[in-house]
Amino acid sequence: MIRFTRVAKTYASGLPAIEDVSFHLTRGEFAFLTGPSGAGKSTVLKLCYVEERPSGGEVRLLGQSSVLLTARKIPTLRRRLGIVFQDFRLLPDRTAAENVAFALEVTGASAATIGPKVLRVLDKVGLKAKADSRPHELSGGEQQRVAIARALVNDPLLILADEPTGNLDERSTRGVFDLLQQINAGGTTVLMATHDLQLVRASGLRTLEMQRGRLVFDSGAGRAGTPAAGTEELA
Amino acid sequence: MNLAVREGLLSFRRAPTLSALSVTTIAFSLFAFGLFGLVALNLRQALDQVGDRVEIRGFIADGTAPEAMSVAVEDIQQFPEVAGVTLVTQAQALERARRELGEFEDVFEPGLLPASIEVRLGEGARSPAAVRAVATRLAAYDFIDDIRYGEEWVAKLYRLRTIATAVGLALGLTFALVSMIIIGSTIRMAVLARAKEIQIMRLVGATDGFIRAPFLIEGGVKGLLGGVVALALTGATYLAIGRFVVQAAFFGPLLAIAGILAGGALGVLASAIAVGRHLREVR
Ligand SMILES: Nc1ncnc2c1ncn2[C@@H]1O[C@H](COP(=O)(O)OP(=O)(O)O)[C@@H](O)[C@H]1O
Ligand SMILES: [Mg+2]
Repeated sequence: MIRFTRVAKTYASGLPAIEDVSFHLTRGEFAFLTGPSGAGKSTVLKLCYVEERPSGGEVRLLGQSSVLLTARKIPTLRRRLGIVFQDFRLLPDRTAAENVAFALEVTGASAATIGPKVLRVLDKVGLKAKADSRPHELSGGEQQRVAIARALVNDPLLILADEPTGNLDERSTRGVFDLLQQINAGGTTVLMATHDLQLVRASGLRTLEMQRGRLVFDSGAGRAGTPAAGTEELA
Repeated sequence: MNLAVREGLLSFRRAPTLSALSVTTIAFSLFAFGLFGLVALNLRQALDQVGDRVEIRGFIADGTAPEAMSVAVEDIQQFPEVAGVTLVTQAQALERARRELGEFEDVFEPGLLPASIEVRLGEGARSPAAVRAVATRLAAYDFIDDIRYGEEWVAKLYRLRTIATAVGLALGLTFALVSMIIIGSTIRMAVLARAKEIQIMRLVGATDGFIRAPFLIEGGVKGLLGGVVALALTGATYLAIGRFVVQAAFFGPLLAIAGILAGGALGVLASAIAVGRHLREVR
């Protein structure tokens, strides 16, 4: 699903953001990417959804190699990913349903298929009743659920979440995390960056820990290939 | 595509003042262009009319056989530069002089005025060099006594036209550039206002073409509207001038449509540049 091989990334302005990062995530896994702020978590995720290109090494994602991937192929790749951010990135002038529909419209889906799909994913994230609310009428946790619904609507193989609970209180954090696990239980691979160590420890899920741009710990390094334990008990 | 059209037109509702402003500025740029075009068009037509009178006159020696003259006329007719040749006999010259200068009727006596050959040049052959070349060949006939042609006048006329064309091109390009900068910056503002939307579109896998389309439509529609308004303004000015100053020529329908389409093309091009720049910057 994801394979990093000695990946390095140096931004135009400065020191290496990540260096010599190698790991492998198989289909169906749920893994945390942890580490202090500035450790390089977002950079790893950006390399996954090709907002950035590696300066060295190779990123393989859904069978595509970063070495060969042309700019033209990026949209197709992203349609098979769901991306979730700390700041939700919803459009303020659109309702929850419109925000979710947006992801389908811009990929050229036919109007007839959009409505039912949007309702289905809003139902899945438990927000069917708030389909017509605008983001400012929703709580942070609800906004993040809308964002997750949007990420889900294209039936992604992989969810990339960059500190999705970073702006949420404890209860909403729990809810969003449970939702991501539920999605994972349905077969979708999840890679979630967070620095919420409590959440990580309590879950017992696979953890990739970064520090100063290097991968310093991978709890699943020896057993890559098996879905992480604990998925069932928390689902 | 449907969505793109909807989004492209939505900008007029989202930002009516800005949209109106950009259509107006485009219209005024194209209007200035149109006015200049009108001047150029009329100048050109005037020059062409004057140009029709560019002629070379060769005076024929007394006692030349009429057969020699008509052979010469046919010869000269074959020159590629020549549009027409007229033989003016002594009698005709006299009659013309009497007609044009009636009060001196008695002064003119038969045989006083020489016969001549008048040569009018074709449209492509009115440059000073061409005129001189034809004059030289005309002078080569031994029965031609003297050649007269407005060398200086032809050169001046020709220079005027060259200047008019050059100024027209320079101004036209400047105006086109100005309107492109104006459309480009309004589209850029629209792009920046929707930067968040564009960012999300990209993250969920919209192609650059898809993202670009509404802006190209927006720019194209603004350009076309600007073109229509500019044509209306130019037309109104033309009518006012025709009424109060001088009757002039106006663009034909093809030129008018071409002008409107040029507005649309400028709009699309300027938008493409503005959006392309944004898409490159935020990748
Ligand atoms: N666009 C960028 N340009 C330059 N430096 C960057 C950019 N993004 C991140 N960095 C740097 O790369 C390092 C890792 O950042 P990041 O991946 O965002 O870490 P994290 O998500 O773990 O906080 C930091 O030192 C950060 O300053
Ligand atoms: Mg980060």
